[in-house]
Amino acid sequence: MNPVERLTKMLADVPVVDTLGMQCQVRGDEMTSVLPFHDKLIGNATIQALHGGAIATFLELSAMAQLYLEAEISEPPRTINITMDYLRQGHAKDLYARATITKLGRRMASVQAEAWQDKRSEPVASILAHFKITRGDTEPSGET
Amino acid sequence: MSSSPLNDLDKRIDVMRENMDFLTQSTPWAKALGFKIDHIEKGRVRGHQPYGEHLIGDPRTGVVHGGVITTFLDQLCGGACAATLPEFRFVATLDLRIDYMGPAEPNRDILGEAECYHLTKTVAFVRAYAFHETREDLIATAQAAFAINKPRQAVGHKRPDA
Repeated sequence: MNPVERLTKMLADVPVVDTLGMQCQVRGDEMTSVLPFHDKLIGNATIQALHGGAIATFLELSAMAQLYLEAEISEPPRTINITMDYLRQGHAKDLYARATITKLGRRMASVQAEAWQDKRSEPVASILAHFKITRGDTEPSGET
Repeated sequence: MSSSPLNDLDKRIDVMRENMDFLTQSTPWAKALGFKIDHIEKGRVRGHQPYGEHLIGDPRTGVVHGGVITTFLDQLCGGACAATLPEFRFVATLDLRIDYMGPAEPNRDILGEAECYHLTKTVAFVRAYAFHETREDLIATAQAAFAINKPRQAVGHKRPDA
């Protein structure tokens, strides 16, 4: 499977992707993930704001998706930790994200991801995440 | 506004206890995930996230996705702020750091507890834990800071002098 096929399979196989309603658009070597607005994503009905947890889940999945595209992983990445910054209110509209792998080791990866709505220069939230990964090209299966 | 029962912490905790189901049922994303708040006391909130197939992040093992635990703990942290602030205020998550100790086991409830352990005039500091059965069996820990918003009448857009 090529990287886009690996990513497409992951998106189809992972139930929480469907629960959230997230999609990934790959153009050339760039991926933008999209979270189409849905009422169920609201966290505060009074001010019609997206739930911080929905934004966090979207960013964590976006970071994982980037690993599927770039890291030749043979198993789903396991999250070690995430630092999440909430920068602006997420409004009741579509949310977009881009992720950048800042360090790709043999067993660990560090990924940053940022979500925005109207303007990419005005991010809604960002994460720095560390994942434990198993790379199919460098390690026999079963070894950690 | 100061006469509202919500501005008295003990009375607010009573109101929250009487409306525990409402706290999650009125939050669409909390309702979609299915977690509940079970216990509220001064500075502390507990709840549980039942297992569900729609929450799975790793289809080979059936383990729920980390984002589910993040949402659960974020919501409990916000609740812990509401059970701590001397006066009623809206709070907003500034940042949240989550560390995963180990995967949650499939088909088991995830329990959660959040405690607001320090307040300044503008920031509430909260820590939270996700675990199975007891805190010895940790799944994840979280550390968060919440911005305490000014009273709504002071930040609204309908000030007569504006």
